[in-house]
Amino acid sequence: MKQLLIRRLIQSIPTLIGASILVFLVFTLAPGDFVTQMSADANMTQERLDEIRALHGLDQPLYKQYLTWMGNLLTGNFGESVLHRQPVTSVINTFMWNSFLIAIIVLVLQWIIASIVGIMAALRQYSIYDSAVTLIVFMAMSFPSFFLGLLMLKFFAVDYQIFPLGGMRSTGSTLTGWADFWDVMKHLALPVIVLTLLNIGSLTRYFRTNMLEVIRQDYVRTARAKGLKERVVIFKHALRNALLPLITLFALEIPGLFSGAIITERIFNWPGIGRVVLDGIFQRDYPLLMGFTMLLVVLTIVANILADLMYGVADPRVRNR
Amino acid sequence: MSSTLVEFRNLKTYFYTEAGVVQAVNDVSFSIRAGETVCIVGESGCGKSITAMSLMRLIASPPGKIVGGEILFEGRDLLKIKESEMRMIRGNEIAMIFQEPMTSLNPVLTVGDQIMEPLIEHTLLSKSEARKKAIQLIEQVGIPRADQIIDSYPHELSGGMRQRIMIAISLSCDPKLLIADEPTTALDVTIQAQILDLLRQLKKDRNMSLMLITHDLGVVAEMADYVVVMYAGKVIEEGPVKEIFKNPRHPYTKGLLLAKPVIGQRKERLFTIPGQVPNPIGLGENCHYSDRCEHAMDICRASQPALQKDGADSKVACWLYEGEGAK
Repeated sequence: MKQLLIRRLIQSIPTLIGASILVFLVFTLAPGDFVTQMSADANMTQERLDEIRALHGLDQPLYKQYLTWMGNLLTGNFGESVLHRQPVTSVINTFMWNSFLIAIIVLVLQWIIASIVGIMAALRQYSIYDSAVTLIVFMAMSFPSFFLGLLMLKFFAVDYQIFPLGGMRSTGSTLTGWADFWDVMKHLALPVIVLTLLNIGSLTRYFRTNMLEVIRQDYVRTARAKGLKERVVIFKHALRNALLPLITLFALEIPGLFSGAIITERIFNWPGIGRVVLDGIFQRDYPLLMGFTMLLVVLTIVANILADLMYGVADPRVRNR
Repeated sequence: MSSTLVEFRNLKTYFYTEAGVVQAVNDVSFSIRAGETVCIVGESGCGKSITAMSLMRLIASPPGKIVGGEILFEGRDLLKIKESEMRMIRGNEIAMIFQEPMTSLNPVLTVGDQIMEPLIEHTLLSKSEARKKAIQLIEQVGIPRADQIIDSYPHELSGGMRQRIMIAISLSCDPKLLIADEPTTALDVTIQAQILDLLRQLKKDRNMSLMLITHDLGVVAEMADYVVVMYAGKVIEEGPVKEIFKNPRHPYTKGLLLAKPVIGQRKERLFTIPGQVPNPIGLGENCHYSDRCEHAMDICRASQPALQKDGADSKVACWLYEGEGAK
């Protein structure tokens, strides 16, 4: 296991370098930079613009720019966000955890609900329950997030006023401790519901499909032929095998925990990283975008390694390889 | 004569598919006596396995359904008892091993775990006692280093070993009847012989009955006391093994025996029965074999012959012998 971990870490170095080059090129070769933005200002002279470019090293050849950027990254310096006038790391750190809070709750809810609904649907294939689940799931999946979000806002925030309209805390809130927690939870509710509804569909289908496939396997028949209780047959023999392919899916959701939900955060005015990144794109805040993208790259690679390790734990056929 | 252990009476198991109703097992009756090996013979799709699965009540429903008949096990009709009672019989009094040892074991559980499961379910053994018993069982089915094998996973074992593990699982609760559904079909020939020897030995030691499903007449000759030949969901001939081999009555049985390769005899071509197994959907009222039968008469195409006594212990369903038994 330890060997596998070390090997996978070493293997990920070239991936990381490749990805960093790609990220760097995409952003630097894109037409315009934040200085272009400034040139819209009538008071700006060409000399001043060149000066600013030189100050940020934008007049250097590409490879030099890359090496400088990469060198800084390695020392933990992600550069300074043009938009926020703060180090990129501190911008990300401020907003990412807000997004993480929503994402982790959605993740937990989504997996619990999808597993129960999906497995039940599989065990009662083609029943009324199964058809109803399929219908509802597809409906929830096919709603665009902005539509569902606005719909929720209209019902629960405007018409019935159960939940607040947006934001993370009540305006001018000075609450502390549990009262503050409760306030945040109330603001969380709608975005969490929307994101869970949107994401639950595909996962439910995965659970159902995997379970259906496993339940037809010979070893499930063997388990039944041994006279085991149906509960044991389903949860010990079938479910463990049905979960194996879902490990990858689960691991790949990990970077998503940190990436924010751009549209939903915008609708609910949630101070998350998704919104900040979107603003960054409009303002050509490349240091922020590059830093954030690199962070996701690292998280994705880590998540992949984690998936491998989890497979090793869960599937004896992978363990000894 | 020893007592009857299992008796199938007019068993009918149908599958309701989109294309139509498949009469997979249609009015099958025969019995298995205590300590006897009964071989069920027939081509693929003739209802052998479904008969066995019906006995275990493991027919997937839908699409399958046991629509009629009785299966008496020690006088009790298994089709009428509750599922929970049936569960107590499965793996305990009736055990089953399957054709595919490669896929019949759960890949994520150790073989020891899988052998211990029925022990813990059906007996009062504690976990450590069950483990000891599992090691004994692994030894009994002829696997060396049982104390190491018990902790290995199925993918670490060969096909033959896996089938031995399946046998160990099935024997764990000392069943009265062991159903073996083509237990050697997926194995290579030398392993086949070993597994059959093992089954025969275990059957003798434990005095259990064996219901052996096969399409290999070589296996039948070696193992069977009594043979039931099935065709298109029906029993067409049954009798003691010697009778079947020496004096087959039904043209289909004769055909099967002719089609069997004989060691030392090289023929240009093996004998084949002309034609194909009929489509199992919408079988008519005729004798299902009449299309392929060289002796087919008008009556064969019009109605089905009943399974009738012919000779001391044999029964045959064929118009050729109709009325003979009465003589």
